[in-house]
Amino acid sequence: MTTSLAAQINSVLAALILLTAFGLLVQRRIYGLLHLFAWQGLFLSISTALVGYAAGSHHLYISSILTLALKVILLPYILHALIVRLQIRKEIEAVVNVPTTMLIGIALVIFSYHLTAPIMELSTLVTRSTLAVALATVMLGLLMMITRRHAVTQIIGFLALENGLFFAATSATYGMPLVVELGVALDILIAAFVFGIFFFQIRTTFESLDVNQMAKLKEED
Amino acid sequence: MEKCWQEKGNYHTCYSGAINTNRHKIKMEFSPIILSSLSLLSLLFAAIVVPLVISSQRLLIAISFSLTAVASLLAVAAGCWVVGSGLINKLILPLGLPNLPFHLRLDPLSGFFLTVIGLLGFFVSIYSIGYVKGFLGKRSVTPLVIFYSLFMASMFLVVLADDAFFFLISWEVMALASYFLVMFEDEKTENRRAAFLYLVVAHVGAIAILLSFGVMAGLATGFETFNGYTFDAMREAKFSSGWATVAFFLAFFGFAAKAGVVPLHVWLPEAHPVAPSNVSALMSGVMLKTAIYGIIRITFDLIHVFPWWWGAIVLFLGLISTVMGVLYALMQHDLKRLLAYHSVENIGIILIGIGLAMIFTSFNLPILAALALIAGLYHTLNHAMFKGLLFMGAGAVLHATKERNMEEMGGLIHKMPWTAALFLIGCISISALPPFNGFVSEWLTFQAFLLTPALPNALLNLLIPLGAALLALAAALAAACFVKAYGVTFLGHWRGHHNPPSAPPFMKGGKGGVEVDWFMRIGMILPAIACLGLGVFPTFFIQWMDIIPEQLLGSKIAASAGAFGWMWLTPVSHERASYSGFIVFLGILSVVAVVYLLLHTRRTAVRRAPIWDCGFGKLTNRMQYTATSFSMPIRRIFGFLFNIKEQVRITPPVPPFNKGGGGGLHYHLRVRDRFWNLFYQPVADASFWVSRQFGRLQQGRIHIYLVYSFITIIVLLVFLR
Amino acid sequence: MKTYPLITEILQIVAVLILAPIFIGWIRMVKCWLQGRTSAGLFQPLRDIIKLFYKEVVLAENASWIFRFTPYLVFGVSVLAAAIIPILSTDLSLALTADAIVLVALFAIARFFTALAGMDIGTAFGGMGSSREMMIASLSEPAMLMAIFTVSLVAQSTSLAQIALVIGHGPFILRPSLAFALLAFVLIAIAENGRIPVDNPATHLELTMIHEAMILEYSGRHLALIEWASMMKLFLFASLGIVAFFPWGIGEGSLKDIPIAFVLLIAKLFIAGIVLVLIETGLAKMRIFRVPEFLGSAFLFATLGMLSYFILE
Repeated sequence: MTTSLAAQINSVLAALILLTAFGLLVQRRIYGLLHLFAWQGLFLSISTALVGYAAGSHHLYISSILTLALKVILLPYILHALIVRLQIRKEIEAVVNVPTTMLIGIALVIFSYHLTAPIMELSTLVTRSTLAVALATVMLGLLMMITRRHAVTQIIGFLALENGLFFAATSATYGMPLVVELGVALDILIAAFVFGIFFFQIRTTFESLDVNQMAKLKEED
Repeated sequence: MEKCWQEKGNYHTCYSGAINTNRHKIKMEFSPIILSSLSLLSLLFAAIVVPLVISSQRLLIAISFSLTAVASLLAVAAGCWVVGSGLINKLILPLGLPNLPFHLRLDPLSGFFLTVIGLLGFFVSIYSIGYVKGFLGKRSVTPLVIFYSLFMASMFLVVLADDAFFFLISWEVMALASYFLVMFEDEKTENRRAAFLYLVVAHVGAIAILLSFGVMAGLATGFETFNGYTFDAMREAKFSSGWATVAFFLAFFGFAAKAGVVPLHVWLPEAHPVAPSNVSALMSGVMLKTAIYGIIRITFDLIHVFPWWWGAIVLFLGLISTVMGVLYALMQHDLKRLLAYHSVENIGIILIGIGLAMIFTSFNLPILAALALIAGLYHTLNHAMFKGLLFMGAGAVLHATKERNMEEMGGLIHKMPWTAALFLIGCISISALPPFNGFVSEWLTFQAFLLTPALPNALLNLLIPLGAALLALAAALAAACFVKAYGVTFLGHWRGHHNPPSAPPFMKGGKGGVEVDWFMRIGMILPAIACLGLGVFPTFFIQWMDIIPEQLLGSKIAASAGAFGWMWLTPVSHERASYSGFIVFLGILSVVAVVYLLLHTRRTAVRRAPIWDCGFGKLTNRMQYTATSFSMPIRRIFGFLFNIKEQVRITPPVPPFNKGGGGGLHYHLRVRDRFWNLFYQPVADASFWVSRQFGRLQQGRIHIYLVYSFITIIVLLVFLR
Repeated sequence: MKTYPLITEILQIVAVLILAPIFIGWIRMVKCWLQGRTSAGLFQPLRDIIKLFYKEVVLAENASWIFRFTPYLVFGVSVLAAAIIPILSTDLSLALTADAIVLVALFAIARFFTALAGMDIGTAFGGMGSSREMMIASLSEPAMLMAIFTVSLVAQSTSLAQIALVIGHGPFILRPSLAFALLAFVLIAIAENGRIPVDNPATHLELTMIHEAMILEYSGRHLALIEWASMMKLFLFASLGIVAFFPWGIGEGSLKDIPIAFVLLIAKLFIAGIVLVLIETGLAKMRIFRVPEFLGSAFLFATLGMLSYFILE
């Protein structure tokens, strides 16, 4: 496998990651969201392994396996269990309607391309072109957290955002040091558990996971 | 094409090499500008002398509109001549203020607009002979005749003027003449309001243009001498980028107000529907184009060096106008108001072409800029033809049915077969469907869009394709809108509460008895033929007008556009894209003919039967889709752009039910322009507030006024000491 | 003029005329198999058309010339489009007549007249069909243009023959942009041809029908022409997809290429039919105000294609 082919496959994977990020933005069903998130993790994991192979930095294989284990298997499983326990079945309400969200998403992609263009000029890595996609994934994850009302979708948005950061690290610098990555992975895991506990707390307090209910916490004027 | 002009800033009358001597002799007696002056003289004659001499109203109509038709033809001849030869003619009139003579100049750009105005003016003048007869016996048509001729003359003068002073005078005459034309049926409050709104917007725009010329003249020669008011001086001037920006945006604001660019479009859907239809045809078809002329003249000719973001702003406003224009048009059920909103859309499409040309020019890509400019100019010509045709058709319908509301129409294709067929051609052309003309210019605009990846600016590369998508959206929505307009007006059954239309006295018999007379028919047939001709043979016209970008931008597209023979239009290269309107037309026609003949070799029966409608059987005319219901899906999808108020009122039935006691269901819908509340209401409120504050000065007591005078004198003495 | 392109031209038109109903027959057959029904055979649509040509025409009392002219026009447009798209060979005598944008506009004129015909009789069904058809068309048009834009970025051309040549001959590169464009194109083709989940081609008496509602009043040879044209439209959209995304095997300069091109075309259509059936069987018809989201995602895919060309390639 030549480097140029690896770069091509990597950009296809980047495109797929972007696609799943948009999918997360517009998907209505909660299980659909989980599947999309798992797919995104899978593409990320393959991409990491590929970059590791092309760049010859073998610690990326470990990151790749870690991603696979954590984001494709463990976290979706935990979230799935949560959903079952919390008995969430309804379609998820979005704050902004779907076509508008899509247009904002497209604008964000263009914006992140505009932001990263100077960095890409400087970089010499074969994977530099995916940096814009990585930044866009971060922004789309944030957008998802803004436009969705449900607490579970917000954590998925948060995790997608983290995927984007991870992807940015691999594409811009061929990955962070292994120690950092291990730490981040642990953080994510703990965050997921903390979120899980919060879900139960939120639900027992408000009898719903609609975060709009939290507006009740605002002090009356 | 021979090179027949000199470098920028050094224009003078010049000719191509081979025919130089020959042409030079002719020029002494007879040149395009003399021809156009003849046209102007006959228009003035029609405006001033004819109404004085002729007392019979019927004769007045016939003579003066024939005169304007002839004058228009003269202008077309002058315009075609000058565009065809690439001449630049100048004339200095010893009129005007002392030491400030009027300058006239006829170059290909003016010639092109002269042709456009003259061509539609010719068609509309023929139409008017029939149409204006409808006013006989109701009111005096003399003001209509006078202001119509003045209006035409002032439009010609606007494109001929070569100094700021004369330009503004012509511009004002044009605004005032059209104001009186909008006011023609002045007994209706609606008309007076619309005309007033039009006058206000026109003057705010004119002030901006005046200021812009002031800036440019001041920069050109300084304020000590006053020679800077000629366009020649402005051409030679080098503007600093800051002042150039000020001048450009002032002028753009002024011209945009005239052209009806969103958000300055509000006067347009008010003024166009209430004017007599022949006047609306002219106003929408060509008067708006004088503003386009102004934008092109100022940008490419007078300022001619500019940064890319001017073009981006023009492009952006063009896109907004295109989409908003067509969406608002979809919500209308007044036929003429719908057409007026479509003018907003089409002006937007023209501006897209101009904006792209500006962007390409500033990145030094002259061939692509030429393509975009040609697209815009070609759409200018096309829009004049089909919009003129459509307004004339709407006028024919209006005079047959006395109705502008489409919800009260239907099935007119059986009563007015000629008008129906001609209006259909207009609908197809404006919906940008091949093989008619609207498609060619939109296709060229799309090609210009598709070439934007050549721009060396990454952000523009990503953003401009989204603009192309917006244009595609607008084109498809326009098709939806005209299916609605045509379907509701001409197809189906009569929808109205009233009886089917009876024949007004001025219309000659024919089947069903409401078809319009032959003058009006010919007035509509000619632009319909033009629509087809411009769509089927675009290469000829593009080669003809290619001199304009050559003079303005220093590059042309004809070398590539017609490279593959006259049948194929191939901007850039045939490997890039190609279109043959001729083959599309011929192909569809021949397949239709062959299939028709094959299926009619044996006598085949056609049985007429009651409407099937899935066997429903109780169909009434009131169950048809109306204009409001047709546009409902689109109203729902794009509802957030409008100010919509929907009401359903249910009156419960009261016994006895069989004698009119049944309950009623009333649906009320009001769709309003959001821009009105956003931009205009605050301005109107503010000006009322200011007026009220000033109103306090007025006390009605004489000694208070004396106090004002006294204070004024004291203040003046203090300051002018 | 060379004779070779002319012969190919005629061969191609005949092929489209005959293959289009058979392609529909194939789709219906696969659908029947998947749903456990017995199929009517590959040639049933062809037999239907022939039968309709021999039937009497029953016209509504108030039908105008537009209603009678529309079937001929729609059919004429389809035949012309069949002559332009490089289905068997890129070297056609009419290939230069239209590029991708003109082709879209050609289908638009057929749609324009069909919608007018729907309003001509003055039934509520006809008006409803026209209104919805035009709504769907106006939303699919921007997505279609974006897809064309993306393909033209890769091929540097909107001319169909040129697209087929560039993509068929260039070095094989994995292009996310083309993949996105293909995805968008499939969604648009579904919407434009009135297939599930946007419209159901199999209904005749439902409030949800769109295309069928417009042509409800047609009968006899008029109906035959319209049906045939709509079959050709689906076929042409399939071949448009083949030209832009899988052009390998389309003939180029000589008659010898034609048999191979023909066999490959059949094979590609065989697969296209199966894919279409899988989509149609897997999805349920959506309600009309979900269609904007469906077409919105088509637009999103096409735009992502355009963006990923600039960002990733």
